[in-house]
Amino acid sequence: MKKYQLGEFEEIVLLTIAVLHKEAYGVGIKTEIETRLGRNVSMGAMHTALVRLEEKGYIRSFDGEPTKERMGRPKKYFQITALGKKAMEYSKETRDSLWNAIPKVALKVKIISA
Amino acid sequence: MRTDPHMPPDFLLRFFRWFCHPRLRDHIEGDLLEVYGLNVKASGRKMADIRFAIDVMLLLRPAIVRDLQFDYRQNTYGMYKSYLKVGWRNLLRSKGYSLINITGLAIGMSVAILNGLSIWHEFSYNKSFENYGRIAHVAERGLNREEGGQWMGTTMTFPLATELMSTYRQHFKRISRTSWDGDYILSSGETNASARGLYVDNEFPEMFSFKMVSGNRSGLADPKSMLISASVAKTLFGNTDPVGEIVLLNNKVELKISGVFQDFPDNSKFNALQFVAPWEVFLSSNPWIEQRATNDWRNHFLKIYVELEDGQSIESIQQIIQPALKFAPEDQEKAAAMQTHLYLYPMRDWHFHPESSRNARYNPILMIKLVAMIGLFVLILACINFMNLSTARSEKRAKEVGIRKTIGSVRAQLVQQFFSESILVVLFAFMLALVLTNAFLPVFNEIATKQVRMPWTNGYFWSASLVFVLITGLLAGSYPAIYLSSFNPINTLKGQFRTGRNATTPRKVLVVFQFCISVILIIATMIVYQQIQHAKDRPVGYDREGLIMVQKKSGEFYGKYDVLRNQLKNTGVVSEVSESMGPVTEVVSGNNGWDWRGRNPNVDESFATLSVSHLHGKTAGWQFIMGRDFDITQANDSSGLVINESAMKFMGLKDPIGEPVTWTWWRDKRKMEYKIIGVVRDMVMDSPYAPVEPTIFYLKGFNGNPNWINIRINPEVAASDALPKIERVFRQVIPGAPFEYKFVDEEYGMKFGKEERIGNLALIFAVLAVIISALGLFGLASFTAERRTKEIGIRKVLGASVANVWGMLSKDFVMLVVISCVLSAPVSWYLLSKWLENFSYRTEISIWTFVAAAAGAVVLTLLTVSYQAVRAALANPVRSLRSE
Repeated sequence: MKKYQLGEFEEIVLLTIAVLHKEAYGVGIKTEIETRLGRNVSMGAMHTALVRLEEKGYIRSFDGEPTKERMGRPKKYFQITALGKKAMEYSKETRDSLWNAIPKVALKVKIISA
Repeated sequence: MRTDPHMPPDFLLRFFRWFCHPRLRDHIEGDLLEVYGLNVKASGRKMADIRFAIDVMLLLRPAIVRDLQFDYRQNTYGMYKSYLKVGWRNLLRSKGYSLINITGLAIGMSVAILNGLSIWHEFSYNKSFENYGRIAHVAERGLNREEGGQWMGTTMTFPLATELMSTYRQHFKRISRTSWDGDYILSSGETNASARGLYVDNEFPEMFSFKMVSGNRSGLADPKSMLISASVAKTLFGNTDPVGEIVLLNNKVELKISGVFQDFPDNSKFNALQFVAPWEVFLSSNPWIEQRATNDWRNHFLKIYVELEDGQSIESIQQIIQPALKFAPEDQEKAAAMQTHLYLYPMRDWHFHPESSRNARYNPILMIKLVAMIGLFVLILACINFMNLSTARSEKRAKEVGIRKTIGSVRAQLVQQFFSESILVVLFAFMLALVLTNAFLPVFNEIATKQVRMPWTNGYFWSASLVFVLITGLLAGSYPAIYLSSFNPINTLKGQFRTGRNATTPRKVLVVFQFCISVILIIATMIVYQQIQHAKDRPVGYDREGLIMVQKKSGEFYGKYDVLRNQLKNTGVVSEVSESMGPVTEVVSGNNGWDWRGRNPNVDESFATLSVSHLHGKTAGWQFIMGRDFDITQANDSSGLVINESAMKFMGLKDPIGEPVTWTWWRDKRKMEYKIIGVVRDMVMDSPYAPVEPTIFYLKGFNGNPNWINIRINPEVAASDALPKIERVFRQVIPGAPFEYKFVDEEYGMKFGKEERIGNLALIFAVLAVIISALGLFGLASFTAERRTKEIGIRKVLGASVANVWGMLSKDFVMLVVISCVLSAPVSWYLLSKWLENFSYRTEISIWTFVAAAAGAVVLTLLTVSYQAVRAALANPVRSLRSE
């Protein structure tokens, strides 16, 4: 965890950028998360996460074309960097290893209680 | 609210744009607008506006809000910060050089500040008068008899004043007559004080904007009143308010004090004025004025000041009042020939164009130019130090310059960098200079007899200082900046950078220039002192030691001379007493109209005259060449004359004793017969630098009474023992006057004051110039020694002795100093012979002065350089050679 700092929401944003692949820009990411996860994403939260991810070097951005819907404002697309990919993998691995370490009994109990 | 129907409210958008980081602004705004568009379609404009507002609010987060700096304008602030930082590090890295640089500059700057302040002080003369631009002195002006120059007199006649105050009154705002300056005795009860005062008309205090401590400026309206200065008020009445008190003036007139004014500042015309009394008192205590002078166009004895109305030009009023000047019938021809006319002498000229041009040595403008020049030169010396040390150490900075150029600095930027470094150094030096100036101001004031103060609170001073720092910085930094920025980056980075023979030439020229100025100042100081000493050693022709003079300041002295003389002689401490009409140390009167056998009939030369009492010769210590002194037992000595050697030579008499001499009074053509009875050695009474005037002494004057008492103290008694006894006699015989006396030798010594001041100032500046130059030389020497460490090491290994190395290192510097001595000798010879031409009794410029100055400079150079040279020569060669 210490090697690759990645918050929960940041991870979701990072994953969504990966999902959108080359089509990831502000509103796109926002609607994708909202439709997929069914939760409201505020512009502030999302852009903060984007700024942090970029500062950490997990994503990089490049300017896109202005469109009519955006009243002529440019888009900014995001793309995952190699470091970002490693961070994602690391995060997944830690989770997997934790998952694997869970004794079968515990899960069973959980399932029953649910 | 909304400029475009498809857009959210303007103020929200503007708010967002204001707080958002500029890097994120555009695309987040795009996102916001896109979402807004979607929201409008989905849930209407109102809902979309609310959502938009919420989104904007939620964007207000640390990651998105811009930095606190208000804007990132493009500027070079950071560059200058870096220049200063690098400069500061350079200062710290070589503390010794920095110290030499800053101290030298600080000394130079404080000399410049002191000189600047004193010049500013000169220009502030009389500016404390509120009506500065409108006041003029009424004067007469005409052509000079001999030289064809202008002659001017400010002492005027009574009828002229009357005319100006009646017929021409409407052209002036204010007008006032004044008496001549005089010392008077003021007494209140038992306390006496001697005070300098004027009789004036009652507009005078208003005209010269008296600053009243108590009472008011109209206090002279009552003819039985007077205004006194705060200093006299303190002497007479202590700290109590004297308004309403009665003061006795010269033991004759009782006047009521109606006001106290602040003493005038030192740089004003009336700085010595201690009281003013009404004109009426002047008339009543000098009855001859109303008896004889009111219509006499020949008797010049008063001064007239006028103040013009605002906006009137002095020239036009001067034209209008011309007819007011009239002449006595016998003078009309002469006045027409000399084109005598009225002149309004404006206040702004009073200080810089003084009326007595007789004494050519007193020329304030010349003095100011001299002071300014010395200040400038000392500052330049200090700047040269900075230049030399900066360029000498350029090798250390060469790599830096190379790297900066490689990275992309253009030359202009490097020039800027070195300028900002020099301004940094100058700024430190300036702060030190302020401290130095403040510390030495009292000493400076003492020597220059001025009252200059530090104008800490004056805005002009600080802005002038800022300009001064910038100019000095540019002056000192110009050469290093241009030189250092010219390096070729390839050579410096390759390590091939070597200062060749040519590179040191400008530095050598500057050192020569520096020493030229120092040597000139040294020679000037020596010659000024020689001239003073020469004049002091001049035989004066009488005995100054133990001779005191008492001026008869009030009427009480008169008619008591015989009593006084007897009582003084009875004390046993006085060997002789005499009276004279004028002090022994001055020529106060002169007369023409003399005639003798063999006189050139076309020349009517004026002789200095002094009327004396019997035994004056013995009191003053006359030295007779021929003939004898006045003898009290010989009745016809009252028509005898004693003349001095110069008079004898001038008259062309081989054997003057017994020669008849006549004198005709211009007024009534009365002829008086005299006979020469004695010739005395020339006595220096006037300027000790001028030739002695032909002088005639006789027993009785034609006008007035002897007004000085001369007392010769018994040479066997100490003056400190004699004075109390003499004072007791005076108090007894003349109780109404304070006993005030002057020692003749002290009075005589004051004649040297001005020249001694110049000498002392020249000495100080010379010493400072030498210190600055020596500091620079010291820095250069230590640099050379450091740079040649290896060479010295090798030489020593190969067998050079300490003396060899010392000689090698010192030779170059001594050569430079010798060159500057050679160059400065003719310059200083020229300048000082010009100066000496002001004195007719002058010393010769001796070649030994130059030799001594040159020897001093060489010895000083050797001492300065030797420290470094010997240290370098003694160093262990192993150490210097190993450090590769």
